[in-house]
Amino acid sequence: MTIALPRRAALLGAAATLAAPAVHAQEGPIRIGEINSYSAQPAFLTPYRNAWMMAQDEVNAAGGINGRRIETVFRDDGGRPEDAVRHAGELVNNERVALLSGGFLSNVGLAVADFANQNRRLYVASEPLTDALVWARGNRFTFRLRPSTYMQCAMLVEEAAKLPARRWATVAPNYEYGQSAVRWFKELLTRAKPDVQFVAEQFPALGRIDAGATVQALAGANPEGIFNVTFGADLTNFVRQGSTRGLFERRSVVSLLTGEPEYLDPLGDEAPEGWIVTGYPWEELNTEGHTRFRENYRRRFNTHPRLGSVVAYDTVSAIVGMLRKSGGTETDAMINAMRGLTFPTAFGEAEVEFRAIDHQSTLGAYIGRTALRRGRGVMVDWRYADGRNYLPTDEVVRSLRPQG
Amino acid sequence: MFENLLVQGLSGLASASSLFLVASGLTVIFGVTRIVNFAHGSLYMMGAYLSWTLVTALPRGHLGFWGGVLVAALIVGVIGVLIEVLLLRRIYKAPELFQLLGTFGVVLIVQDVALMIWGPQDLLGPRAPGLRGAVEILGVRFPLYELFLIGVGPLVLGLLWLLFHRTRWGTTVRAATADREMVGALGVNQRMLFTTVFFLGSVLAGLGGALQLPRESVNLQMDLAIIAEAFVVVVIGGLGSLPGAFLAALLLGQLQAFGILIFPKITLVLAFLVMAVVLVVRPHGLLGRPPASAHAAHVVEPPYPPATPLVRYLGFAALALAVLVPPFMGEFALIVFTEIAIMVLFAASLHFIMGPGGMASFGHAAYFGLGAYGAALLAKHFAAPMELGLFAAPLMAGFAGVVFGWFCVRLSGVYAAMLTLAFAQIAWSTAFQWVEVTGGDNGILGVWPSAWAQPKLVYYYMALVLCVGVTLLLRRAIFAPFGYALRAGRDSPLRAEAIGMDGFRIRWVAFILAAIAAGIAGGSSPMPRAASSPPTWPFRAAWTRC
Repeated sequence: MTIALPRRAALLGAAATLAAPAVHAQEGPIRIGEINSYSAQPAFLTPYRNAWMMAQDEVNAAGGINGRRIETVFRDDGGRPEDAVRHAGELVNNERVALLSGGFLSNVGLAVADFANQNRRLYVASEPLTDALVWARGNRFTFRLRPSTYMQCAMLVEEAAKLPARRWATVAPNYEYGQSAVRWFKELLTRAKPDVQFVAEQFPALGRIDAGATVQALAGANPEGIFNVTFGADLTNFVRQGSTRGLFERRSVVSLLTGEPEYLDPLGDEAPEGWIVTGYPWEELNTEGHTRFRENYRRRFNTHPRLGSVVAYDTVSAIVGMLRKSGGTETDAMINAMRGLTFPTAFGEAEVEFRAIDHQSTLGAYIGRTALRRGRGVMVDWRYADGRNYLPTDEVVRSLRPQG
Repeated sequence: MFENLLVQGLSGLASASSLFLVASGLTVIFGVTRIVNFAHGSLYMMGAYLSWTLVTALPRGHLGFWGGVLVAALIVGVIGVLIEVLLLRRIYKAPELFQLLGTFGVVLIVQDVALMIWGPQDLLGPRAPGLRGAVEILGVRFPLYELFLIGVGPLVLGLLWLLFHRTRWGTTVRAATADREMVGALGVNQRMLFTTVFFLGSVLAGLGGALQLPRESVNLQMDLAIIAEAFVVVVIGGLGSLPGAFLAALLLGQLQAFGILIFPKITLVLAFLVMAVVLVVRPHGLLGRPPASAHAAHVVEPPYPPATPLVRYLGFAALALAVLVPPFMGEFALIVFTEIAIMVLFAASLHFIMGPGGMASFGHAAYFGLGAYGAALLAKHFAAPMELGLFAAPLMAGFAGVVFGWFCVRLSGVYAAMLTLAFAQIAWSTAFQWVEVTGGDNGILGVWPSAWAQPKLVYYYMALVLCVGVTLLLRRAIFAPFGYALRAGRDSPLRAEAIGMDGFRIRWVAFILAAIAAGIAGGSSPMPRAASSPPTWPFRAAWTRC
């Protein structure tokens, strides 16, 4: 098979098994099977796992769920769908978990969702952004927390349409997430502002951007606005080449996910200024719930939370809320409890709901502009965009999602 | 328009220079040691990380920056020597695939060590002092540092040329590249030579990584990102040829820069397409020479003996276990056993092509993947039942084997291996990019076995019969006259041809058979896993893990 051993998976699994005596009786702990790309995406998933453990410990310290503790069995898929599916089988059949959760990459999320559908198990997808997860390939057993590609694009288009820019260029990683982000952005922006024109598009391979050439190709088309979907190392390299070559001067940039500390922090004092982004202003967000979350997190891990931390914390909150409501771990009861479930988010904003119509949560994102403060990038002029305002009408959703 | 094209070309030159630094080290190492060093990318990554640490720790300024870069490159050289002494010395004589796996182990170790030391977050290094800004070229801004890089490539090439043509050590290295055995016979200390060459190659890789600091962020993925490209450059240029590597780096840099203007979506495969074309037209790369090792100490394997009674009994015992135990196992164990059966066939098909066939294949996983896709596509688009899908899998893989094999079996050694890899990459990126048909990276979901095969136990027995059956057929082929002819062509090509055997046709048929067998393995696999997606291709995952 693959030569890359699931190294951390083995360790995590062993640790989790040691920590938990194998009691599968009804009164034993409720077990959650959490599959994620821990070794492939450590920048996002290390803070994720931290916050997951924090949320779990808080629930257990408060007496668990009707007296039963919750317990998580972690598995590392290494970013490979087939490994994720194998782990799912092992978690369900051997570890006797009540439900599955996790997923970072869209293709991994879709593979686990398909497994859940076939094996009739509940799957709470935390991170995968693909629209297909709840729409084109949605199924009865899969729920998703994060605002999807469509939702985040809709949030950005709202701002982009206010700009004077008419000639737009796009740059996105060449896989499903990047392709559908560009597709939605084009479609929604054209709808909002019919006279826009798309003059160039670049699709560098994920993690392999040839930043100099890409920047030059975009500049050559002389757009007024740029829609950026790259993240991680691609974003860093794109920004550095773009600033040296003056690509961002006198141009508006609208950028997906760039406000997330995972991607903004590494840029340091070279973080771009004035980009319209979706993200997470962890420092300035002082709602009651978030202040508590941030301080607890900082006390325990001695660093600030990243967006991954919020995603994990909210996933646990949703699962706990669902388990309290369902009163058991029968899959059908859990699905019924998930549909229309409301739960508090670590953002400290309005309660989030898992919509019955498409199993998408109404968790939102923050939208604002990037700026430099004390030598690093932050979000300013931000506001919370509630997810429920950025979803298509119920009729459209029904047409997008297989019914029955 | 013209000024944009010019600057695009300059960007390509800068990329070419960085690529050349890494590829030159790789090609020097290969030329002398004949080792397929997958860990070269790790040395490059170490160079970047070490220079980040040094440059941020040392005082800002010219000395701090350039000193940091050079010291980082030298430290990487020492690390390279350690790797050579501790690991590579032991596997110089092993087949290419073993070297690939051994050095891939180093890649994993270095990744974990880097994660431990530097953490998961991308690191952005400082810009180079004195080269922060940009110059205007015909009104378009171009970074100074990129101009500097454009100069570094030819400079390093020149220095290496002087080193190899004006020093005694360099002359010995060139002699060893041309004919290693003869140099050994003349009394040159080969161990010392290999170690020093490895030091030089590692320093070049480290320097390449360190010089990326002002250009790119330092991250844990950069090792695998560079290694594939560096290999392509080395192979296109001709293994062991420095000017060839330089030429190939220029070619690839320009292709990349202008390719994205015309085909923004196929950057992933462009390099491999070029490599395939070059290898088909010039089997030893642009400036490579066929290895002149007619007198090389070729190790001829003894013929395969028929199985001894003990081995036979063990085989039957294993088969009996595989048949009798599963009904008493849990569902998950059944899934694992099914995968084992499939992997047995896949491994047997790889052995067939590499063992008796004597052809290294780095792209064998493609046929596994094509089989999986063949079955899944038929089910998805034509609602074909599983049985038909199982039939389509070997057809699809076999067809690819016919076409790819026709090109691949003409080459030998590492060139053949790289060409199989190029074809695998091309097939992979077709699957990846043809979203409408293959579902892109999301793969094909919802492909499940027919009703009768739904129970995991039934499916297991089906896979067992299919995979063990085909494995036994492959074994039969090895002991048939065809297998003997194949081995004759491997062990003594000249004599085999002289007695009238058509070596090309025999190897081609073997290639097709191996592809078909791998396709059957792949075709049986998407069903229990329910997801056929590009990363399913096992070696592809090892190459890039994206």
